Amino acid sequence: MKARRSGGRTLEFKDAGTQVGPLLVVDDVHTSFRTARGTVRAVDGVSFDVHEGKTLGIVGESGSGKTVLARSIMGLLPPRDVIRSGTVRFAGHELTAMDDKDLRQVWGAELSMIFQDPMTALNPVKRIGVQIAESLILHLGMDKKEAGSTAVELLRSVGIPSPEDRVKWYPFQLSGGMRQRVMIAIALACAPRLVLADEPTTGLDVTVQAQILDLLAELQRERHMAVILVTHDLGVVASRADDIIVMYAGRVVERAPTHTLFHDTKMPYTRALMDSIPRLADPSGVRLNAIAGRPPDLINPPDGCRFAPRCPYAQDKCRESEPPLRTVGSADHLFACWFPLVDGESTVPPVPVSLSAPVAPGPQSSGASDA
Amino acid sequence: MPDDKELLDTRSSSKMLANRIPMTAATDEAVLEMQSAAVDGEVLQKKPFGFLFWFALSFVGIVLFSAVLANVLPLQNPNFGHFSELNQGPSSAHLLGTDDLGRDLLARLVFGARVSLIVGFLGVAIGLVFGGSAGLISGYRGGRLDIALNAFSFIILAFPAIVAVIAIVTFWGASLFHITIILGIATIPLMYRVIRASSLAFAQRDFVVAAKTMGATNTRIVLREILPNVIPVMVTFSLITVAGLIVIEGTLAFLGLSVALPTPSWGNLINEGSSNDLLSINPLIMLWPAMAMFTLLWSINLIGDRLRQRFDLREGVL
Repeated sequence: MKARRSGGRTLEFKDAGTQVGPLLVVDDVHTSFRTARGTVRAVDGVSFDVHEGKTLGIVGESGSGKTVLARSIMGLLPPRDVIRSGTVRFAGHELTAMDDKDLRQVWGAELSMIFQDPMTALNPVKRIGVQIAESLILHLGMDKKEAGSTAVELLRSVGIPSPEDRVKWYPFQLSGGMRQRVMIAIALACAPRLVLADEPTTGLDVTVQAQILDLLAELQRERHMAVILVTHDLGVVASRADDIIVMYAGRVVERAPTHTLFHDTKMPYTRALMDSIPRLADPSGVRLNAIAGRPPDLINPPDGCRFAPRCPYAQDKCRESEPPLRTVGSADHLFACWFPLVDGESTVPPVPVSLSAPVAPGPQSSGASDA
Repeated sequence: MPDDKELLDTRSSSKMLANRIPMTAATDEAVLEMQSAAVDGEVLQKKPFGFLFWFALSFVGIVLFSAVLANVLPLQNPNFGHFSELNQGPSSAHLLGTDDLGRDLLARLVFGARVSLIVGFLGVAIGLVFGGSAGLISGYRGGRLDIALNAFSFIILAFPAIVAVIAIVTFWGASLFHITIILGIATIPLMYRVIRASSLAFAQRDFVVAAKTMGATNTRIVLREILPNVIPVMVTFSLITVAGLIVIEGTLAFLGLSVALPTPSWGNLINEGSSNDLLSINPLIMLWPAMAMFTLLWSINLIGDRLRQRFDLREGVL
């Protein structure tokens, strides 16, 4: 199948049978923002790939650069005051080399995005049916009537009851969970091969969260899509992702298949993230293991390991030189740490983290770095 | 060492439960969700505009209707003087009386409305077409274009509008066409600023990015995503500006700088009524157009205000 609607040019896509290698290859992507205070290196050398039909989880706390990474992959960065390098290859095409005109053929049709806040990601003054039908008309060349009935089917497939009536509703008539279902219907309307879900459930309560994630997983299986699930919540990706990337201060600090990541955590930061999740089994009154301090200022990141100022196991070496992303043993488990954990225990004794260490204010003062 | 299973267990029990709920259960819950949302939606739709709104709308409707159909309606010639009936009060022959030249005041009032309405609505239309489209694009695109247009609008706004208009009319000549064009141009920077601000606000919203990720072109985003959101502001501000332009035309007419006599306009009529001691002899000449203008402006402002409230309400629920 071809990507339709092109000003004379067409891009060949969906030659899935002949395609070899990963669907998406992200290679050494750097994204920086020029701000009044200096250059914010929001994404600083990230590489990974995603295979057809697989799920990749990208995890990190606020300001770790995960949203900027997602937007860098999409090519959705603001036109001004952005410095970017590295390549993103999708289905054999280099997205980073494409102009908007070519990207418009990929967006929606092959590669689409689900946004964090369904309240703002739907146009408040347009009927949801129209919003779904638009991309069908645009990419699949359907006429209005056909697109309308397909929109009804899509709403049905995302679990919205009596979709024949709902297509005429406006977003403000729907609850948060319903709106996120509509968002999913829009994103999946043209059967894309890769969906980027940027914190798709952060704005929803926990029960609805699970429903939405299950729905996404179900549709993913049916349609054999690849999904990148960006979240700050390890619990969200634990049972759903095939592979997980942990980001910290714009870099990948650990990358492994999900099972390996949880059973053989190498990076103290990943461990700290897991420990910071509250447990129902804990007796009441037990303090939550929050990670001390704040993420570093991305205008002046610390020398050496960026997590060192907050790491209980940091040694002098950590503060002097930055650990490369490396493997020990299994080739698909990468981590950036000089003193990786072994069986969940550190090989070096913990030192209490002194918060007098220069921990700069949050990296988001630029306003442009994280949406 | 937490493994992934344990992690899930400890996340939240309700989440575990929800994980096992089959799709049908999820859908039932969804039905409930939708129903409660629907009730809210209907309550909103029913909030009435109120009696004053409908009164104001009827008044504007009547003025518009009679101004457009003035030639067809059974009115007397507005410029024909009944010299035996000078300065008469209301009677069955002349519903609103006659002026010092014996002309029928009702006919002059209705024909005079034409000038006010043409200047008001056409002037705003000119402002909307140029200022509105520039504002939409400028707010969405940003960058140098935005800076340039913005600076330019400030330069134009820096001139005191009424003085500039008086100066231009004096040199160019006072005619309905000239006055409409000049006031239309004076409206452009105002429209530009208001619509740019609104467009800018919506251009930052996620649904614009979302439309982009679905492959929408810039033109499409401006026309299909941003414009529908800007329309409430556009309508409200346009109505208020129509009222403003009617006042400016009145001001010009009062100074003798609008359409030439004997063609009636509300401003002209007020001017006539106030000159040559007529105010003490026959106050009706001035009273009728002044009341008509007051009621029209009040109505237009009220309609604009009520519409704004209605639109804001929906925005507030979001």
